[in-house]
Amino acid sequence: MWLNQFLLVGAALFCIGVYGVLARRNGVMVLMSIELILNAVNINLIAFGAFNGTIAGQVFALFVIAVAAAEVGVGLAIVLAIYRNRSTIDLETANLMKG
Amino acid sequence: MIVADALVAQNIFFGIIALVMIVAALKVVTTRNVVHAALYLVVVLAGVAALFVLTLAEFTAATQILVYIGAVIVLFLFGIMLTQARIGTETHLDNERKWIAGLVAVILAGVMGYALLDGYGDTMLDKNGELSVQTTAQVSDAIFSQYLIPFEVVSVLLLAALIGAIVVARRE
Repeated sequence: MWLNQFLLVGAALFCIGVYGVLARRNGVMVLMSIELILNAVNINLIAFGAFNGTIAGQVFALFVIAVAAAEVGVGLAIVLAIYRNRSTIDLETANLMKG
Repeated sequence: MIVADALVAQNIFFGIIALVMIVAALKVVTTRNVVHAALYLVVVLAGVAALFVLTLAEFTAATQILVYIGAVIVLFLFGIMLTQARIGTETHLDNERKWIAGLVAVILAGVMGYALLDGYGDTMLDKNGELSVQTTAQVSDAIFSQYLIPFEVVSVLLLAALIGAIVVARRE
């Protein structure tokens, strides 16, 4: 197996996630796209950890998973708060702080 | 010979998993049904776990399945359920700038792909012909010795996120 196999799959997932974050207007869908980006990072961490033969890649991938779980919890709570106040999770309408 | 056969089998499985993952990820960001997007996300996350198994990172693969497929997807489904009255196809999931977003993603993919191919060319993942298994015991030893302080910080972060989510989502 080449190192690049994993890195290219990670890059592809990252770009798909970036497209999702930019193109979606539903708050939950944007959070799902962020999960794609975080998973792309995890693939890179694991691949480089295996490449270098160190355990650090796995440890930091575990930290990323923990932080991603926290991020989803807080993110969905914010989306729920927006829904309660505005009855929609269309991010185009969340412009209260727009200058 | 056996090693060579195993490597070929690994590459074949890698190709299948990667193809399924990319297609499912594209469906996540293009499908018109929010629930289907969450279910396609399950496929992507399972594929990531399978890639972890291919690199012999067994504990991280198990954690990926437990935390992501077990917990995060359920959270997403609850989020969809609580914020959306109707389940089914929707017409207004994408904003009007999605072509620009697609252009950005394609350019980014081109730049990253070129940089990776240029930088890592045909570097093998398994330099010595085989990968070393990174066992759960090694992971726990590393977390509870060298990475103890980051681990405790992550614990506090999870507690803070827990309390924060309750405070934000609570009705007044």
